[in-house]
Amino acid sequence: MYGVINLLSIKGVFKNFGGLAALQNVNLNVRQGEIKALIGPNGAGKTTLLNIISGIHRLDKGEILFKDEKINNLPPSKIANKGISRTFQHVELFGNMTVLENIMVGFYARNKTSFFMDGFKFSFITDSEKKIYKKSREFLEYVKLGHKINEIALNLPIGEQRILEIARALATEPGLILLDEPAAGLNIRETRELGEIIKRIREELGITILLVEHDMELVMNISDSVAVLNFGEIIADGTPMEVQKNRDVIVAYLGEEEEVQPGYNVNT
Amino acid sequence: MKKEDFMVFIVFFIFVGLLPLFIESNYALTIGIFSGINALVAIGLCILMGYAGQVSLGQAGFYGIGAYVSSILSVYYGFPVILGILSAMIVSAIAAVVLAVPALRLKGHYLAVATLGFGEIIYVILNEWGPGGPSGFGDIPHFNIAGYSIQTTKESFYFIWIIVAIVMLYSINLTKSNTGRILRAMHDSDTACEAIGINVPLLKIKVFILSALYASLAGSLYSHYVTFISPSSFSLFYSILILMMVIVGGSKNLWGAVAGAIVITVLPELLRKFQELDILVYGFILTLTLMFFRKGLVPIISEKIKNVRGYKFAKH
Repeated sequence: MYGVINLLSIKGVFKNFGGLAALQNVNLNVRQGEIKALIGPNGAGKTTLLNIISGIHRLDKGEILFKDEKINNLPPSKIANKGISRTFQHVELFGNMTVLENIMVGFYARNKTSFFMDGFKFSFITDSEKKIYKKSREFLEYVKLGHKINEIALNLPIGEQRILEIARALATEPGLILLDEPAAGLNIRETRELGEIIKRIREELGITILLVEHDMELVMNISDSVAVLNFGEIIADGTPMEVQKNRDVIVAYLGEEEEVQPGYNVNT
Repeated sequence: MKKEDFMVFIVFFIFVGLLPLFIESNYALTIGIFSGINALVAIGLCILMGYAGQVSLGQAGFYGIGAYVSSILSVYYGFPVILGILSAMIVSAIAAVVLAVPALRLKGHYLAVATLGFGEIIYVILNEWGPGGPSGFGDIPHFNIAGYSIQTTKESFYFIWIIVAIVMLYSINLTKSNTGRILRAMHDSDTACEAIGINVPLLKIKVFILSALYASLAGSLYSHYVTFISPSSFSLFYSILILMMVIVGGSKNLWGAVAGAIVITVLPELLRKFQELDILVYGFILTLTLMFFRKGLVPIISEKIKNVRGYKFAKH
């Protein structure tokens, strides 16, 4: 289903916030065409890693390669233009704009117009506008939001907001999409629908997906491989089956089996 | 641009064009001229604030640069007026970049204070180093092109409002285009804009430049119309006046800026009959407007019109 070419390679990445080591020597590969999940307990550094890949944070040490090209420490907009799009843990929509407009803005990256020249285009609706409009409608049909195009984004239920955010990310025609907890706040039915959409994106559009998620059912159902981050370190990386059986992962999630011994130092 | 926008545009400017046929008094036309000049600045601030979501309390600074640079160039260096105006716009654009770079890191109230500081700096510079200091200077030539000088009130009225029409047409086009959509997107979320590949800092600089160009043009037109300028016309009070126009008219709509400019310019003149109480009545009217028409005058009116039309459609 997916090749062996690494679309994204994270090599020896370190990141400190003040004295806190958020990421320590993180190595991670995302292969072309796969759905890769990144899981781990709260505070493990998952979102930090996504923020570093998408350029919101700068890394302290290490290297990130996308299509064999170094992208670390570029500004977010440059990284997006190279073909990495993302969604956010707290949905970042253009809340006061309509569903359709949200998608149309997403097309901007591929249809850049000149700021000052836009005022001189004196036809009533330009051809590029028509094209963007048509493509945006198609996209909304694709993610099943076609009946809500004129609604204000903020008024959508959270499940649809998350799908809209994904659709907007798709509109930039990315090679890789980073999804930060797409199922947060969704009920079981919505989560299943989301899973279907993520699978379709990979299968029909051929877009690679790196997903951070707490919902284990979703993760184990849709991912080709799973990496586990704990205290800023990758402790396991493999198929969902392998990861579920991995002892370190069980310890990280559930704690040690044996009772805490007298004199046991909690800090170690 | 949509057809409806264009219709509104045509109707409004035909109406403005017919006004001088019915208004004999030069005094009334002069108020019309100042409304037009203020409208230019307000349109710029409307794009900056209502669309892009960047507050500015420093528009008087650009307005002052426009007035002083073009006047100094034409009075002391013999520049043709049009060249003076264009030079002033270039200077304003550079000043806008200087202002925008620190402003990129600021939002909301902090941005307001930073831009306020910029306006005050320009004011102090004009006061200290401008020709004539605080008392200003005169003998500024009227606007002239190809040997024809625009001098009478009627001519000036048409001249100013033709420029407002051109700027308005350009601005409507801009705000209804891809660019306008991106500006509104930036208003809602910088982070999301960056994530889909929009260079937010560059976009902010560009929109600051645009608003500065409008204010500078207006300042130049002002100085070449009144032919005498002093720093007091370019103080913080003017920035606040422009802000008030945009808010009263409705900051999300360019027509709001134009309507606001007209209302705020005309209102004090209508209140003359209250004599010393005029400021009191003025403040009272503004407060009530903001309390009851929070979105601004134009959105409220256009909603009313849409409702009436919708009602008619429903009956058929």
